[in-house]
Amino acid sequence: MLLLNNLAILAFSGAEGGSPLEINPGVIIWTTVTFLILLWVLKKTAWKPIVDALDQREESIKNSLEQAEIARQEAEKLIAENQANLAKAEAEAQQIIAQSREYAENLKNQIIQESKEEARKMIDDAEAEIQRRQKEAFAKLKSEVADIAVEAAEKIIKANLDKEKQIELVNKHIDEISKN
Amino acid sequence: MVADTAKVVVDSVKEASNGAGWIMHHILDSHEVSLEPFGVIHLPQIHLFGIDISITKHIVFAWIAFVVLVPILIYVAKAYKKSLVPKGFANFVEVLIVFVRDDIAKQAIGENYRKYVPYLLTVFFFILTCNLLGLVPYGNTATSNINITATLATFSFIIIQAGGMKKYGIFGYFKAMLPHGIPSVLLPVLFIVEFLGLFTKPFALAVRLFANMIAGHTVIFSLIGLIFIFHSYFIAPVSVGFALFIELLEILVAFIQAYIFTVLTALFIGMAMHLEH
Repeated sequence: MLLLNNLAILAFSGAEGGSPLEINPGVIIWTTVTFLILLWVLKKTAWKPIVDALDQREESIKNSLEQAEIARQEAEKLIAENQANLAKAEAEAQQIIAQSREYAENLKNQIIQESKEEARKMIDDAEAEIQRRQKEAFAKLKSEVADIAVEAAEKIIKANLDKEKQIELVNKHIDEISKN
Repeated sequence: MVADTAKVVVDSVKEASNGAGWIMHHILDSHEVSLEPFGVIHLPQIHLFGIDISITKHIVFAWIAFVVLVPILIYVAKAYKKSLVPKGFANFVEVLIVFVRDDIAKQAIGENYRKYVPYLLTVFFFILTCNLLGLVPYGNTATSNINITATLATFSFIIIQAGGMKKYGIFGYFKAMLPHGIPSVLLPVLFIVEFLGLFTKPFALAVRLFANMIAGHTVIFSLIGLIFIFHSYFIAPVSVGFALFIELLEILVAFIQAYIFTVLTALFIGMAMHLEH
């Protein structure tokens, strides 16, 4: 302990003269000069380029992040747009299909309707034709019957005729006709 | 028996005084740079206008710090030309620079901190280099000289006051130092207190750095000196072990003291610029 005390006391009393607290104007002047030059040199050669580079780097990082954010937002917008477009296209497709179906249905109905009408018309036509033919045939039959009657009358007259013979003749004729 | 003990004590003190001389020789400033056992470089003595402006050992080591610092930092600055993200040593220095800029200047000063960054960086790296130079063989700590630390503190003082006066104007600066709502009788007293406070801050800066740097070295030399005082080889491993421990501690202290000087300067600038209590 004593030893350390002595050391401490002697250390600061200064064995060879001079103390650590001695003021030395030369040192102050040289330090001032040295430090000012150091400050100037480092400011020019080191701090300015380094701090500028750091700022530039921070700026570029910031910009990159911002751009990434913008790109992300744009991508999200695009995706949303695509989805909207897709939904729209889907709806349109559905609509087109529905329209087509409706159109086809209408067309089918129309065709069936037309076919029915056509068929009816054809039937009507056919019926009309039949009736016409019937009428024609009837008329022809009528005229033929008349002819035959006339012919029969002729024959009766020709055979000088008693009543009985006449009736017999007429019946015979009628029989002939019915046989025909 | 008692006489014997007394003799031993006296001898020890004598040895101790030799030891102290040897320690002081290493710690105090001098006009020679010792490169024992290769010799001693005697530095030129210059007198100008009656002022002794001789180059001293500590000035030489401040210059060595200058010569070490400038090429290293120019190299670091060049590294940014190649790529904005430098690797290796430049990256290490960048960590320190960004630390001083963001965690010291920006935090303590606030807006307008950019103007003070070059000074803070220079002070930080100069003190750090001076501190570390004291830890290498044949090295010496320029920052263990009160003249040098006081000069650096004076620069800080000027920067601090200039920062405050620029913000408030010279008259406004002194006015803003006084708190509001104080009886006018007390104003002169408070003004004196605040005015003295301006000077105690840099004074504390100077003394703190100087005392820390001189103390570590004194402890290391004292521990080594124990070997010669005890005249025993057995004490050597203990001494060297402790000295090594202190030396490692000194590396930490070198960084811490550079940091403290810088951060306090920045804080004082910030305080001078934001005087509203």
